[in-house]
Amino acid sequence: MTGILYKKHKKFLLPAAAVVAAIVVWQLIAEFMVGDPFILPSFTDVVDAFFKVAFGPKGTLFRDIYKSLIHFAMGIGASLLVGIPLGIAMGWFRDFDLAINPIIEIIRPIPPLAWIPFAIIWFGLTDASAGFIIFVGAVFPILINTYTGFRNVPKVFIEAGKVLGCTGDLSLIRRVAFPSSLPSIISGVRISMGIGWMCLVGAEIFGAGGGKYGLGKNLWTYYNLHQMPSVVVYMLVLGMIGLTIDMIFRYFVKKHGLGWWEENV
Amino acid sequence: MAAVDIEKLGRIFTKEGDGSVAVTALDNINLHIEDKEFVCLVGPSGCGKTTLLRIIAGLDFPTSGSVSLDGKPVEGPDPERGMVFQEYSLFPWLRISDNIGFGLEMKGYSREDKKKIVDEYLDLVNLEGFGMSYPHELSGGMRQRVAIARALANDPKVLLMDEPFGALDAQTRNMMQRELLEIWEKTRKTIIFVTHSVDEAVFLADRIVVLSPRPGRIKDIIDVNLPRIRERTDPDFANLRRHVLSHMEETQI
Repeated sequence: MTGILYKKHKKFLLPAAAVVAAIVVWQLIAEFMVGDPFILPSFTDVVDAFFKVAFGPKGTLFRDIYKSLIHFAMGIGASLLVGIPLGIAMGWFRDFDLAINPIIEIIRPIPPLAWIPFAIIWFGLTDASAGFIIFVGAVFPILINTYTGFRNVPKVFIEAGKVLGCTGDLSLIRRVAFPSSLPSIISGVRISMGIGWMCLVGAEIFGAGGGKYGLGKNLWTYYNLHQMPSVVVYMLVLGMIGLTIDMIFRYFVKKHGLGWWEENV
Repeated sequence: MAAVDIEKLGRIFTKEGDGSVAVTALDNINLHIEDKEFVCLVGPSGCGKTTLLRIIAGLDFPTSGSVSLDGKPVEGPDPERGMVFQEYSLFPWLRISDNIGFGLEMKGYSREDKKKIVDEYLDLVNLEGFGMSYPHELSGGMRQRVAIARALANDPKVLLMDEPFGALDAQTRNMMQRELLEIWEKTRKTIIFVTHSVDEAVFLADRIVVLSPRPGRIKDIIDVNLPRIRERTDPDFANLRRHVLSHMEETQI
């Protein structure tokens, strides 16, 4: 009987048991081997800190989440608006690609965080400065994947389109090349969101961003206050939001008619 | 009417950026194809048969001579010349009915008119009930039937087919050949069909045009006067196949 139950719920039970075991080991090490919450906060320290930063009188966790999501949305939004059209133009018009490519290749290898000084000078301590850093990190994967998608549109799709009366660059792009490239563009967006989320923390720690809220910003504040359990709370929240964003995105993609694509990956 | 005239057509491929390296793919091709005729172009690989078909489609251009349809010169791709490709060319992001309706959508048909025509052609290729499927859910033979329906839904004057059954297994291929003949009987389109299979050409065509390779020239044109549906085991069929094959073998070095 228990055997059947185990088999039925194995997919849930095994990972759950592993997580519980990891927490127990973490707690034991923190409590009995390290014994110093500044070096390694224990699980219970972190749970305590969570309630303080989330619901305590001085806790700002939810406002930080809100602010960081604003930064993130600004950066990702801008990178979609720039990366996709630019990628389409480069992928479709050979001459445009030849002209623009060197410029892209010079800017692309610059690590996004190296832009922080100019982000602050240009945009000040506003949401836009953090958004800009996220944009710099996120725009290239979107651009490159859109470009690659367009370069790899099977020739037969373009020719089939032409023979069926779809002529002219705009209709071929809209009706044939764009949908054909969509899987590549979408995986570019996914990579971008991961990179953007990393850039967010860096940008906020280095002072970019508006006001006094932000997950990265206050992770750093708690570090300066030597409240390491709260730092761990922020680390875990950052990880979980990153994961949630990816899951929502994947669900959205699955839901909205990209079933045809999964077979081809 | 849908008569195709090919006059003194030549196609020379030059390597990009280097005019000196040239391959003569087609040389002095003259061919008249009647309205409602079923013509097969056969020849060994490299004889330029696909190039000739692509030029008729307007996807490639001759370096000399011309192609005209009902006296009007061909200057580029046009829905009046439908094409079925060798590779699977259905748009994988569109449902079967949207694939078939793609050309109608381009012509600006209303939703109701489009649906009516799409259903009609789904019916014609025996795929009723598959309208909502995606191409990847269909077998190879079914996909090529959709490709035929997609080309026909535009009501072209000529149907160009580039080894459309080349990727199918022998059994499916034979079945598709029969179905194509049925479709041809019903729609009475002019069909120009490229194949390297002599057997397929003898089974399908009114006339077989044999091309020789490098440079691609018309080696011979053979009338097929056997009644349809043709029987592969029939002695006349076998004789004709042997006859065409002997022409093809002469061309091979």
